[in-house]
Amino acid sequence: MAAFLPRRALLGAAALAAVPAGAQSLPTLLNVSYDPTRELYRAFNAAFAAHWAKENGGQRIRVNSSHGGSGSQARAVIDGQQADVVTLALAYDVEAIAERGLIDKGWMGRLPHNSAPYTSTIVFLTRKGNPKGLRDWGDLAKEGVGVVTPNPKTSGGARWNYLAAWAWAQRQPGGSDAAAEELLGRILRNVTVLDTGARGSTTSFVQRGQGDVLLAWENEAHLALKEFGAGQFDIVLPSLSILAEPSVTVVDRNVDRRGTRAVAEAYLRHLYSPEGQALAAQHFYRPRDAGVLAAAGGVFPPLNMVTIDEAFGGWAEAQKAHFADGGSFDRIYRPSR
Amino acid sequence: MSVALPLPRQPGASLWRRRRDALPGFGLALGITLTWLSLIVLVPLSALVLRPWELGVTGILQVLSDPRVLAALRLSFGSALLAALVNLPLGLLVAWVLVRLRFPGRRVLDAMVDLPFALPTAVAGLALTALFAPNGWLGAPLKAVGVQVAYTPLGVFVAMMFVGLPFTVRTVEPVLRDLGTEAEEAAATLGASRAQALLRVVLPALAPALLTGFGLAFARSVGEYGSVIFIAGNRPLVSEIAPLVIVQRLEGFDYAGAAVIGLAMLLLAFVVLFAVGLLQAWLRPERRA
Amino acid sequence: MISSPATRDRPLTRWTAVILAVLLLTVFLALPLAAVFTEALRRGWETALAAYADPDAQSAIMLTLLVAAIAVPVNTLGGIAAAWCVAKYEFPGKRLLVALIELPFSVSPVISGMVFVLVFGAQGWLGPWLQERGVQIIFALPGLVLATVFVTFPFVARTLIPLMQEQGRTEEEAAATLGASGWQSFRLVTLPNVKWALLTGVLLCNARAMGEFGAVSVVSGHIRGETNTMPLYIEILYNEYQFAAAFAVAALLALLALVTLFAKTLLERFSGRRREIA
Repeated sequence: MAAFLPRRALLGAAALAAVPAGAQSLPTLLNVSYDPTRELYRAFNAAFAAHWAKENGGQRIRVNSSHGGSGSQARAVIDGQQADVVTLALAYDVEAIAERGLIDKGWMGRLPHNSAPYTSTIVFLTRKGNPKGLRDWGDLAKEGVGVVTPNPKTSGGARWNYLAAWAWAQRQPGGSDAAAEELLGRILRNVTVLDTGARGSTTSFVQRGQGDVLLAWENEAHLALKEFGAGQFDIVLPSLSILAEPSVTVVDRNVDRRGTRAVAEAYLRHLYSPEGQALAAQHFYRPRDAGVLAAAGGVFPPLNMVTIDEAFGGWAEAQKAHFADGGSFDRIYRPSR
Repeated sequence: MSVALPLPRQPGASLWRRRRDALPGFGLALGITLTWLSLIVLVPLSALVLRPWELGVTGILQVLSDPRVLAALRLSFGSALLAALVNLPLGLLVAWVLVRLRFPGRRVLDAMVDLPFALPTAVAGLALTALFAPNGWLGAPLKAVGVQVAYTPLGVFVAMMFVGLPFTVRTVEPVLRDLGTEAEEAAATLGASRAQALLRVVLPALAPALLTGFGLAFARSVGEYGSVIFIAGNRPLVSEIAPLVIVQRLEGFDYAGAAVIGLAMLLLAFVVLFAVGLLQAWLRPERRA
Repeated sequence: MISSPATRDRPLTRWTAVILAVLLLTVFLALPLAAVFTEALRRGWETALAAYADPDAQSAIMLTLLVAAIAVPVNTLGGIAAAWCVAKYEFPGKRLLVALIELPFSVSPVISGMVFVLVFGAQGWLGPWLQERGVQIIFALPGLVLATVFVTFPFVARTLIPLMQEQGRTEEEAAATLGASGWQSFRLVTLPNVKWALLTGVLLCNARAMGEFGAVSVVSGHIRGETNTMPLYIEILYNEYQFAAAFAVAALLALLALVTLFAKTLLERFSGRRREIA
């Protein structure tokens, strides 16, 4: 008797522990996303659940999302995170998952606009009145300017930041790769905080008062203004930025195993619907739908933007040249102080 | 080697009682203990010990010579040692007040000492940050005199003091209570001044307990994550603690690199605790003399 | 008890000591606690209550309770078994065993979580094998439980060992002589002797289990409503600028800490283990 009790208790605990988390009766969908989309997907998940119930005779579903640096999130999916859909900061991270066989090749053509239902770009967020007079990328390299950006190794937004600065430097009079590398080196020496994700950087800049300028997603900059009052910060548009196309796709192996393909595909399609587009605009992502974009009015001023394909020959090239081990980022990153 | 509180040796139990023990249950109890220990602690920790070697010795050295890793280790160990050191007189003061003095509200004070122990670390971190942020209750007056605690290495130190304080108080307290006042009285009778009695009689008697408290407070705070992470500001090379560097390596899925830093932390902590143990052993015979 | 004038400090010294101690504990311990509750109620009761009503908050609370409900019994059982071996028997390697039991205490919470990633992660020892079979440890409940068990490992054993050693084995031996089985003598003799200490240990273990952040942060996939425990949920809310909600959930955990302290004080009074000298 004495011997049985503990063993039984152990077995009970083991049995409980073996139940996978979230094995509830409600069908669930997991969206593994990147850092600044928290608010967008919080709203969109609820909207989609309502939409799905209406279309499917009141069937209730639950959509969960997980957020972090885009690179970290992609690795988590590769590492076994059971994502039904991924909505990451850049195509390269989705491609990395596809390379492991979890997503079918040619995923980018499955949805309109390169599977990017909304776009964004990189802007500067400065302290009120822009006391250091930071107007363009070159100003970030000036002596005594504190720059806040996440780490390009883990954050998708940071890679867009980096490439935008690079593209700008190449297009200056006498610009070249060498000049760009030199500029990036000087900007990186001004970096005071290098967080793993975009949200961490925003928190450092906005709440902890670190640095003079935050290199931020346009949507993240607007959100900071909204949350902390427009009186504290200014958004500055550089003369040239980059068109960021955050990619979305279904994780084929996971949905096939879990039997969630239909819901997952409907979820992503709904991002392109008028409701999805309006929600994107509301959360300061540039919608693809021209009508919704026009309705947003002056929130999205026209901006001179390069694309990753024209400036860098696509993500695979950009990643290899700049962010892979031994790439330009590794060569020039020298932490300040 | 570990931070084990000195457990009193069992009197008269030096002979072996393996065969035909009057008390049954040894096999079962030891079986459960070893299973529990192996599954939860030993096997996982062996992964930490073995994993780094896949990088090779050069790889390990490369990870450890990263300026960011070095700075983080220096900050974690420096602050933890300093915080444990500062906690010694403070912990002694609180223990003294609790044991020797009677005043209204003593019981509340007594219960409060354990707060950092019971309070979830993330909550403690948020609370300390709210308190010491430049617009917080303590942060604002401190800012007026030009001291910034939150988002600086000072914040790391404050958070480590917070988590370590109960350990110094709680290890010194029972010894102080058992010590009673007889020795001091004897010293006074022999003509020692109050200061002499405290310095020559009380302090040496408390020294081993103080050292244990130091070791516990250090061990607890050196690896602390939750309460430090919110207040530290996490600036690389300045206010970034070693556990955060580990987390970032894990987020980048550099498991081996993370394991290298984790193993280094573990070994360094043992070196410190071992030194504390040696000091304790060295103090003991002197006290008897 | 405070008797002889020789050991009595002047009132000035004594009161300075008391005031210093009170000041230290107030600034250091009470103020942070007060800050949590103030921040939680800054936007009124309604906001705080709304924060608890959020389904994500409720699932975080449920998950925290579930994890503690598994981790605490496991460590209680292990702790009792370990204390029984260490306190009642002599065997080679005993000191090593005690040291190993206390080991998790000096391991950083982050490392405590990481070791399970090293074993069960997709790149870990068992990761590929588990993935083939569709078993999920990391980024799921089992990982959270394992990390929590690791972190709260020594608490029950630590509180029991000194007491059980102090009590020796004479009573159990007497029971055995009278024909009691091992289980009977444990249930009727040992357990009543240590019940208050055991409860204190369980209480501390539970407080730590529910409040653990660093270790579970490493093994959780941070999925809202699925693998977020309360401390992790607080961090997420904080990162989403929902400060009032973050502090509201934090206040709930702080309340739990206060209840723990209160219960511990009561238990100590019951057990009379900490004799008062006055």
